[in-house]
Amino acid sequence: MPATERAGARHVKIRIENLTKRFRALTAIDDVSLDIEEGTFFAIVGPSGCGKTTLLRILGGLDAVTSGAIEITDPAPGRPKYSMVFQGDSIFPWMTVWDNAAYGLRMRKAPQDKINEAVTRYLERTGLTRFAHHYPHQLSGGMRQRVSIARAFANDPEVLLMDEPFSALDEQNRTILQQELLRIWEVDKKTVVFITHSVDEAVTLADKIMVMTACPGRAKTVIDVSLERPRNVLELRNDPRYGHIVYTIWGHLKDEVERARSV
Amino acid sequence: MSTTDLAEAGKDIGEEARLAARRRDRILSIASPLGLLLAWEFAARAGLIDVRFFPAPSAIILKLIEMGQSGELTDNVLISLERIALGFLLGGVPAILIGIAMGLWRPVRAIVDPLIVATYPIPKSSLLPLILLIFGLGEMSKIMMVAIGVFYPMAINATAGVLQINQIYLDVGKSFKASPWDMFRTIALPGALPFIMTGVKLGAGLALILIAIAEMVGAKSGIGYMIWSAWETFAVAKMYVGLFVIALIGFAISLLLNEVERWVIRWKADA
Repeated sequence: MPATERAGARHVKIRIENLTKRFRALTAIDDVSLDIEEGTFFAIVGPSGCGKTTLLRILGGLDAVTSGAIEITDPAPGRPKYSMVFQGDSIFPWMTVWDNAAYGLRMRKAPQDKINEAVTRYLERTGLTRFAHHYPHQLSGGMRQRVSIARAFANDPEVLLMDEPFSALDEQNRTILQQELLRIWEVDKKTVVFITHSVDEAVTLADKIMVMTACPGRAKTVIDVSLERPRNVLELRNDPRYGHIVYTIWGHLKDEVERARSV
Repeated sequence: MSTTDLAEAGKDIGEEARLAARRRDRILSIASPLGLLLAWEFAARAGLIDVRFFPAPSAIILKLIEMGQSGELTDNVLISLERIALGFLLGGVPAILIGIAMGLWRPVRAIVDPLIVATYPIPKSSLLPLILLIFGLGEMSKIMMVAIGVFYPMAINATAGVLQINQIYLDVGKSFKASPWDMFRTIALPGALPFIMTGVKLGAGLALILIAIAEMVGAKSGIGYMIWSAWETFAVAKMYVGLFVIALIGFAISLLLNEVERWVIRWKADA
């Protein structure tokens, strides 16, 4: 990527080279190469079943590659490379909000004072402090997804992976959580890879958006979202540039969605 | 009267009728065993039934008091409870460990499952002679009988409990780099606990059956021994005391387990 060569440009954090994933006869991901720069909010959109989630699961170490390589550059010692926010309910129903948020840190045996500090901070940022000792069944769907976000952020990873984290929420909750995610993310601008099937969501949140083709999933194009930050989720919708970017992406996506339907 | 008042009144009447029905049900469910006892007492006194087989409830209660005062009853009850508790520990702990390991790891399931499937249909009571042969007439044979009885339902339920855990929770553990022990401790065990508790309850019922049988054959103490020796000496009232007490123990254990269950799965929405 030319951006990396410019003076003062951010360096590449994740390098994906010729990644291919096959499930028996089905090719889910076909030869995807991609550089993601440090501190980028990177979104991936594509038709259902295009291998977006598979790509994320491979990044997160939940699936193996068939061929190709993934590299994360300069991992800080002692810090986890990835934390994942899953689609749907993924927080443990048998743990309180606090214990859920502390899970990643506990799994990597972080010192207790660090756990307390990080969990307190992220429960506060997600507005969950009052519910620290509640069980998930006492919370709404939106609040449960906030816990999942707090759990991933508190683990302090190099890269955050988000797999359609808001797709199960109603539209109002989704808008609220998008704004909250931006607010939390602005603080230290971690590298994020965000999977979504919603073009609006991708444009609202991301710096760059990769459009994937339908099965097999290939990288069709990468689009820059040059909307300044901090962003206001509502005001964005009134911005002509926003509409233009959404329109452009739909142009790329339209053929793929149709192709996916005809398969 | 306005329509809302009418609705209110209607609701009150419905509420009252429901309360009255509940009160009636409660009275009936207390009255039915009481009625049976009264009829039994009357029949025994009137000579309608053979008191050698069916001694009057009053005679049984007197016997119960007498045995309680002499210490015979408490001693036998306590020793049986101790055997049940130790058996639960000896059978339950490996059952949970093995059952969860089977649920979590396919190779473990492939190895252990056929063994469980093959031995599960053996009536546990028919193992008593073998157990006596191996462990002798001492405490260990009784404890082992309970342990074997408890093992199966708890292991089988623990496996089923892990298998019904939503895959996403296991993915979360994996993605946060949980060690095998952490997977076991933080996901499989708590996730399977509702099922394990069902296994514990089934095991408790079996434990009571097996301890009674084991004590009848190879023991000099315990509630089963008490019932059996009552038969040998034709002390029928004493036998009834044994039956009554064993029923009471079963009832008390199930109350206790319900409380334990409620505490253990307090994170569930409907707990």
